[in-house]
Amino acid sequence: MKIAVCIKRVPDTELRFSIGSDGKSLDQAGLKYDLSDFDGYAVEVALRLVEQAGGGEVAVVCLGPDAVQETMRKAISMGADRGIHLRADTIPFDGLSVAHALAAELKDGGYDLVLFGRMATDSAAGVVGPMTAQLLGLPCVTAISHLDIADGRGTARRELEGVAEVTTFPLPAVLTIDEGIARARLPSLKGIMAAKKKPIETREAHLGEVRLTVESMALPPERTGGRIIGEGPDAVPELIRLLQTEAKVL
Amino acid sequence: MATGTVAPQFTGVDFLDFDSLLGEEERAVRDTVRAWVDEHLMPVIGQAYIDGKFPRQLIPGMAELGLLGANLPEEYGCAGLNNVAYGLIMQELERGDSGIRSFASVQGALVMYPIYAFGSDEQKQKWLPLLASGQEIGCFGLTEPDFGSNPGGMITTARETADGWVLNGTKMWITNGSQATVSIIWAKTGDIAETKSIRGFIVPTDTKGYSARDQKGKLSLRASDTSEIHLQDVHLPKDAVLPRSGGIKSPLMCLTQARYGIAWGAIGAAMACYDEALRYAGNRVMFDRPIAQTQIQQVRLVDMLTEITKAQFMTLQLGRLKDAGTMTPEQVSICKRNNVDMATDCAREARRLLGANGILIEYHSMRHMANLESVYTYEGTHDMHSLIVGQAITGLAAF
Repeated sequence: MKIAVCIKRVPDTELRFSIGSDGKSLDQAGLKYDLSDFDGYAVEVALRLVEQAGGGEVAVVCLGPDAVQETMRKAISMGADRGIHLRADTIPFDGLSVAHALAAELKDGGYDLVLFGRMATDSAAGVVGPMTAQLLGLPCVTAISHLDIADGRGTARRELEGVAEVTTFPLPAVLTIDEGIARARLPSLKGIMAAKKKPIETREAHLGEVRLTVESMALPPERTGGRIIGEGPDAVPELIRLLQTEAKVL
Repeated sequence: MATGTVAPQFTGVDFLDFDSLLGEEERAVRDTVRAWVDEHLMPVIGQAYIDGKFPRQLIPGMAELGLLGANLPEEYGCAGLNNVAYGLIMQELERGDSGIRSFASVQGALVMYPIYAFGSDEQKQKWLPLLASGQEIGCFGLTEPDFGSNPGGMITTARETADGWVLNGTKMWITNGSQATVSIIWAKTGDIAETKSIRGFIVPTDTKGYSARDQKGKLSLRASDTSEIHLQDVHLPKDAVLPRSGGIKSPLMCLTQARYGIAWGAIGAAMACYDEALRYAGNRVMFDRPIAQTQIQQVRLVDMLTEITKAQFMTLQLGRLKDAGTMTPEQVSICKRNNVDMATDCAREARRLLGANGILIEYHSMRHMANLESVYTYEGTHDMHSLIVGQAITGLAAF
């Protein structure tokens, strides 16, 4: 079983962040980066599949500036065998551009599975996985919550609104992994030390044309305090009136 | 009463970009332990503290991550980390609780280290992997009821016989004492007035004549075992002695290792309190504004942040010296003394900022405050460290 996991380095969402002076990017001051949450689940799934198969290889693939190697080391310290760093000065917002670079790297890699997180926690677009599958001409199942692989075929479960869907597909395939499938293991201290000795190959990313750009970013408006309009049944007419005329949700 | 935590994820305290002085592995180790503490320790620590029980269920997870003896070599099943990474582990564990950090300190610095430093090859091969994997739990028996700051005065004896040793004596204030499966006991092999005859012994705790019992009534380090050990005609084989141990210097070398970890650990406790105080001050509204918007609480918070920041840089330099092999015991003393005192102040100020809520177990500052009173006293009291540094700078011993 040979698996590639495409991961992204994203700002740590636990930290407070602000918008930079250009109005369309994050202020880098005090910003810290980490492996995108869903990508951590994808790494975990890959490691478990290889462990269950009793052998194989997990390669992590990451696009971005040199700093992404720290994030790759995290995935490698969880247990991945090697890294492929596709170097680019910035990570374009255009998912198709990123997908072109990934597909160019992955097409001759001989991978049985290519895994992604369901979406990156910064851009939340969820498009790079399916676009890469399209470019590779491989079947793609998105937002998988349960996965079985046997005899060259996969069975994947997806949680939809109010219903679960089970699909089957042949390998090789591209899958995007949702939360709930597996908690990402913590890298052990020995794993962190071993990761230093595992290889990361660096190549220039062959990005496709970048057609989408971010024009502006804005923080959500600050929430104002709640308003008590009355108590008991007497307040209901006024509540309905406000929901219709002010909040306009009824 | 619900005693689990609902605190948001801890993200550390870093006002002067301390992180930029750490290596990638050092940050990775810190982040792993931080996540483990959030996930496994924080949900149970409040109840463990109230119950007065060490949360033993955490030991396998700690061992699996590699937290026990993490700075010892890989050939013994350890992680082989540098001393800064080791220090950051202690910081993160004590961000959770001083008792949990104490457990790891004792296992690594006071049990595994003396076997590593003074043990035979056979002793190292046998015991270190078992201790690293948590299959054996260790304790360190140096302090006696009448000999705390003056361990050289100990009256525990080890008499050599034709086929081994016989130990007699009493040890007190022994962390991990009741749950330990193996004990490093320090005893005099010669004249009772002669500190040069002090040697270390590896004593399995199921040896006949060995007994340990919990010290009851603690108001501090409640989530940690603290015990009294009695040794009554404990017969040991010849190879129970640590062959390269000799004199009071040997146990003091162990204490230097443990104190180094405490210097880092105290920063973690202080960070926990500062973090809790900062979040609380932002949320707690009084006189129609968050108390963080009052001058008195801002001064409190800034004082805490300033002292934590100073301690971080001081202790990082201590770690770099330890990795370079040039660190002195006096340098450890100045950091242990400063950091624990600083953390005790932070915990008390955080407790006060939290008002009445600050006395509840749901919040962490008062637990840290009570714990730190022990940390202030053990492994060389604050006062003894003053005298050690005082002697170093004046050349005159005042003790």
